[in-house]
Amino acid sequence: MHTFAEFIIVFIILINLALSVTGSLSACIKLVALQGVVAGVLPLMAGHGGPQGRAVAFAAVIILLKGAVFPWLMMRARDSSGASKDVEPLISYPASIMLCLGAFIASSWMGTRLPLPEAGVAWIVPASLATIFTGFLLITTRRKAITQVLGYLVIENGIYIFGLALFVEQPMMVELAILLDVFVAVFVMGIAIFHISREFDHIDTAELSELSDWRRGEYGK
Amino acid sequence: MEIVKPLFQILAAALLAPLLPGVVNRVKAVFAGRKGPPLEQLYYDLIKLLRKAPVYSRTSTWVFKAGPIAGFAALMTALAMLPFAGRPAALAFEGDFIFLVYLLGLARFGTVLAALDTGSAFEGMGASREMQFAVFAEPAFFLGLAALARITGEGSLAGMFGALTGETWRTAAPVLALLTASFFIVLLAENSRVPADDPNTHLELTMIHEAMVLDHSGPELAYILYGASLKLWLFGAVIGSMVLPRHSGSWASDSGMFLLVMFGVAAGVGVVESVLARLRLTKVPYLLITAFAFSALGLIFQMAR
Repeated sequence: MHTFAEFIIVFIILINLALSVTGSLSACIKLVALQGVVAGVLPLMAGHGGPQGRAVAFAAVIILLKGAVFPWLMMRARDSSGASKDVEPLISYPASIMLCLGAFIASSWMGTRLPLPEAGVAWIVPASLATIFTGFLLITTRRKAITQVLGYLVIENGIYIFGLALFVEQPMMVELAILLDVFVAVFVMGIAIFHISREFDHIDTAELSELSDWRRGEYGK
Repeated sequence: MEIVKPLFQILAAALLAPLLPGVVNRVKAVFAGRKGPPLEQLYYDLIKLLRKAPVYSRTSTWVFKAGPIAGFAALMTALAMLPFAGRPAALAFEGDFIFLVYLLGLARFGTVLAALDTGSAFEGMGASREMQFAVFAEPAFFLGLAALARITGEGSLAGMFGALTGETWRTAAPVLALLTASFFIVLLAENSRVPADDPNTHLELTMIHEAMVLDHSGPELAYILYGASLKLWLFGAVIGSMVLPRHSGSWASDSGMFLLVMFGVAAGVGVVESVLARLRLTKVPYLLITAFAFSALGLIFQMAR
């Protein structure tokens, strides 16, 4: 069972790498959804003994939200914003993948230094930290507002996996509260992206540095 | 008998290596609905080329003649320490996988120098591309071997693959799967197979390995073709030993299984080549960086365990 959990951890890290090199926005959304689903399956594997009914119900809620509702919202935001279908990174893809690898190396070093209870599955702490780093990477090095929401979701996945490393059994209230927060945030961001693109005809964050666009003509843009 | 067996293994590798490109071509032919050349086509080609008189351009020097022979000699030396069905190799010492990587580098260096010596623009271009991709492929292969040494706790190539058993796969399956994937990508790139290079193309602008050997003829071309098949055998043997960890103890059945897996790997290359299109030249480094990332991940996983 633990080998299977280790496979899932490796898979999550591979998704991180794929996220850092994927050029297509819809593929990015699908990868984030896949990562959420895979991370949702993880507690069923890592627990001792057979999975209990509560854990199964909880996993089902997470998989439904991260695998179906979020991608649907994101796809809707992508379509309605009318932006191009590429992620438009600020740094090259090889640099992204190298940063992602470096993040994993740093987080495996950090994982050994953190005073944490012994996790049942190997690499779960480094994997969660690396996932959080990947989320930051998506937020900082991608040009569109929608990829920043995606990065936020990846960070949430990382925090979720980190929680799994800390507690054998998830405190349900805490996790549900985080999930609700994320749900509201994605909802609000979806609407915000839609409004931004309607106001300014684009969702390019580099162009959103001024409060209003009345001076645009002076810069010849 | 125990001393003779490693020599038999080298002999088998040296004799059977030209079959692998035949298997690849046959699988491709089947996918394309053709009959395809016979399996032993490369043997015919080699015999034909060895009987021909070479033609040299007036601008080329002794470097042009020495390159193919240096490459051939380096690859023959590499055969001596290659894993063969988890059996002891003829040549094994601590850290010989570093020696293997350098032998491959030496073979590449010889080919590249010979290509540059012709003074042809095409060959210089091919040589430049070959070196560019090697920069990415070599660390991937090297880190993968280092991770394998870390898993098995052995320092020699034959020792590593000898210590790799079904038990290792049960405990370290994710890492071994990552390494196998990385080695397979390196195999495709190093042997100028489809996602990185197309061995069939005759457009000099897109070729890599083929562009470098355009001016070679006669026995020297035979050395290069044979060296290429040895290289395919070398990487195939690494992958075959990875995925076939079970050692029954009987030499004959182990060797038979190993040869079957080798042809399986060649068939896998043929399938990949039939279903994939060649990558754009600028995208090839991405593929190799992916292989590097797989190897590096495997190594980090093993260190952090």
